Amino acid sequence: MDENLKDTAEQISASLSESVTNVAITNGELRVDARADHVVKVMTFLRDNSACQFKLLMDVTAVDWPARSPRFDVVYHLLSIRQNQRVRVVVKTDEDVPVPSVSDVFSVANWFEREAWDMYGVMFSGHPDLRRILTDYGFEGHPLRKDFPLTGHVEVRYDDEQKRVIYEPVTLTQEFRRFDFMSPWEGAEYILPGDEKSTEAS
Amino acid sequence: MAEVEIKNYMMNFGPQHPAAHGVLRLVLELDGEIVERADPHIGLLHRGTEKLIEHKTYLQAMPYFDRLDYVAPMNQEHAFCLATERLLGLEVPARGQAIRVLFAEIGRLLNHLLNCTTQAMDVGAMTPTLWGFEEREKLMEFYEAASGARLHAAYYRPGGVHQDIPADMPEKILAWCRTFPKFLEDVEGLLTENRIFRQRNVDIGAISVDDALDWGFSGVMLRSCGVPWDLRKSQPYDGYEAFDFDIPAGKTGDCFERYLCRLEEMRQSLRIIEQVLERMPDGPSSSVDRKVTPPKRSEMKHSMEALIHHFKLYTEGFHVPEGEVYAAVEAPKGEFGVYLVSDGSNKPYKCKISAPGFRHLHATDFLARGYQLADSVAIVGSLDVVFGEIDR
Repeated sequence: MDENLKDTAEQISASLSESVTNVAITNGELRVDARADHVVKVMTFLRDNSACQFKLLMDVTAVDWPARSPRFDVVYHLLSIRQNQRVRVVVKTDEDVPVPSVSDVFSVANWFEREAWDMYGVMFSGHPDLRRILTDYGFEGHPLRKDFPLTGHVEVRYDDEQKRVIYEPVTLTQEFRRFDFMSPWEGAEYILPGDEKSTEAS
Repeated sequence: MAEVEIKNYMMNFGPQHPAAHGVLRLVLELDGEIVERADPHIGLLHRGTEKLIEHKTYLQAMPYFDRLDYVAPMNQEHAFCLATERLLGLEVPARGQAIRVLFAEIGRLLNHLLNCTTQAMDVGAMTPTLWGFEEREKLMEFYEAASGARLHAAYYRPGGVHQDIPADMPEKILAWCRTFPKFLEDVEGLLTENRIFRQRNVDIGAISVDDALDWGFSGVMLRSCGVPWDLRKSQPYDGYEAFDFDIPAGKTGDCFERYLCRLEEMRQSLRIIEQVLERMPDGPSSSVDRKVTPPKRSEMKHSMEALIHHFKLYTEGFHVPEGEVYAAVEAPKGEFGVYLVSDGSNKPYKCKISAPGFRHLHATDFLARGYQLADSVAIVGSLDVVFGEIDR
């Protein structure tokens, strides 16, 4: 199976040299890094090429790397029943640059792209119906971004006086705690509690 | 008489309707009784599972998977454990694999029992549901005996399972296996040749192979149109290649075919369960790598090392090497995938859950278009959707 995967990898990098920036096999999985503006071409090729035949799109999602520019990876997982292989296509984008929608290539991409928009705020151009999908009607923000707090911004409750459900800013009875578990023996770089001034002085 | 303009009728189906299988809100555009457009509104059960997982250690993240498809909880855990193991490069001992296969198949039975019978309920038959729940209860007792919980088992662990099964369990399961074919016959006697059940399901929601691939179908939904694709055969995990079982495939891909496939799959699962129990290997039920698997409590009483490992694993957890992996299992509903990105810390950097129900429900619009309103109920019933995994 590994040999076949290598053949597929070579086939992809040979046929799509101007659209694909990198083809690699890690953990026994094929990963194709592509240019965002060529994603429709890449996906169509992967679907229709007789050596690939990745006819099933199993997943589309994004990964947020806030420190990096451009910030998002958009990740597509394809499956070929004929070849019994999987491929991961990765393109990079940020908040402002839309990725061409692949919903014309794979119908199933419609909801996946809506989800990626909802969760990460990645825009898809040419999408027929880019609404939010999982979050509440009228929700603000993109919850799976790393800078979105785990607790969210609003909470809902039923107000007995107004006789309706109301939205309020989240109040935490206990401060949100996040432990880092870095080991001081393994070169952790953080300020020890009570030791804040030592770095300021130096 | 002047021509009257007839407007299409918009109808809200669910989220409180019993045939909505949970919290589906289906906005239907109807022309008379014909469905012109179906727009499923999902997310009413959205709990932010993926966000929560990013804030938990790998071990703490595991129980969230029970709460996805709560009809067959352990199958979801399976995918997450496989993903973690692949990143860690961790081997699972033979007994651990066998126990996982055993419970994965019990999960498949749990799921199909519920789905086949509720599909019947959606089209008007009450009895199979009641019978099915009785069998489910028996199976959940096996879950309970192994893990301590009927539904949210949290039993699978990266490296194996949490604890070994009780000594008398294989015998009990085998005894149950002998009674189960009778139940299947009874259900079949009620439904398969039943005139109403056939009228409501045959040729309803049919889909061709090309369309099914385009809509990202997997599992029974794909097999019912004639593609014998099963990850247990084609990309075997946890020793599935050692078992002898068949993949049922349909022809027409309609609701009735899906029901038949599920029914046959139950028989095949039964075969696998019997084979697992027959040759259950001895040895540890989970990895002996102490940097991943916590020690047993009895060991902690006299070993300092074990105590330290226990403390470390339940506070900090294990660190997973940097990398990304996509692990998929043949869950009862179809391909359940977990895409895991690790940054080398003790928490997943990202965990995307690719649920079969999400992809299948998406196709409701395509499947229900042009059918009667009542058929859309049969179609949603045959899709086998559970909102835990769709909304996540």
